[in-house]
Amino acid sequence: MPTKEEIYEKIKVALVEALGVDDDEIQPEATLVGDLGAESIDFLDIVFRLEKAFDIKIPRGELFPEDVLTDPKYVQDGRVTELGLAELRKRMPFASLDEFAKNPVVQDFGNLLTVADMCRFVEGKVEVTP
Amino acid sequence: MRWYWIDRFIEFESGRRAKAIKCVSLAEDYLHDHFSRYPLLPNSLVIEGMAQTGGLLVCEHNQFTEKVILAKIPKVEFFCEAVPGDTLTYTTTIEYLKDEGAAIAATSHKGEVLQARAEIVFAHLNAPWLGTFFSPDAFLSMMRLLGAYRVGRAADGSPLLPPARLLRPGDLSPGAPKTAARQKVQP
Repeated sequence: MPTKEEIYEKIKVALVEALGVDDDEIQPEATLVGDLGAESIDFLDIVFRLEKAFDIKIPRGELFPEDVLTDPKYVQDGRVTELGLAELRKRMPFASLDEFAKNPVVQDFGNLLTVADMCRFVEGKVEVTP
Repeated sequence: MRWYWIDRFIEFESGRRAKAIKCVSLAEDYLHDHFSRYPLLPNSLVIEGMAQTGGLLVCEHNQFTEKVILAKIPKVEFFCEAVPGDTLTYTTTIEYLKDEGAAIAATSHKGEVLQARAEIVFAHLNAPWLGTFFSPDAFLSMMRLLGAYRVGRAADGSPLLPPARLLRPGDLSPGAPKTAARQKVQP
């Protein structure tokens, strides 16, 4: 069972390899898209590296529930509705949505995930040594 | 010039790995511009050759139902040049296959010498307009031309066959014993 520090180090390696960034650019509060320059295809690469590093399976939409953002039930006029925010909170317990909820424009959603969110996501899928 | 950057498959194990060769010849026009007195196979075309070898491996595993696009090269390294007279052997191994895409590890060797290695990520696209450029028939023709069904093996070790849905009336069964007639349609 990995410790939280070991999880962070493995995620750091995955992000350095997938995004071609330097070690010191990976900080817990760094956003994957805004700070580390991740593009949509990078998420596929990152998911694969996490699956391999932690021997876990990450089904499509689990890390990044894009189906919510394209569902008219949850999105109106380019903004996520209250119902949509509730669904995102349910599906993404590892991410902090408070800042996004203040102005929930769909196109800003991509810049939500941080390195710390990734750590919490993995911690939710593996047994962690306290 | 046709956009074929491999000449022939020499191994093809469905869903696992494929090996193809590329013979670099001074007869190829581009070598006289790259460079006029120092002809070199451009590294970008070595990448394309590795991507074609691995891309067809991914396509075949999906039974040509996905449109496979080279989306990303997380890492590539070159160790020496490829020049006229060289035969490069591209070896590609599937690292992962998901609904959204796939990744391969690839190497290029000149004889025993490692010439290049790369990680390549492919995306599966479903845009309808791409069907014009990525018809399953085109991929099947390429697989045949490159000899994949001559050397290929399915996951269970049996001879590799094209998907039945892509065979046309009049096509000889690729699983049938080799005959002179069959060799004519599948050189």
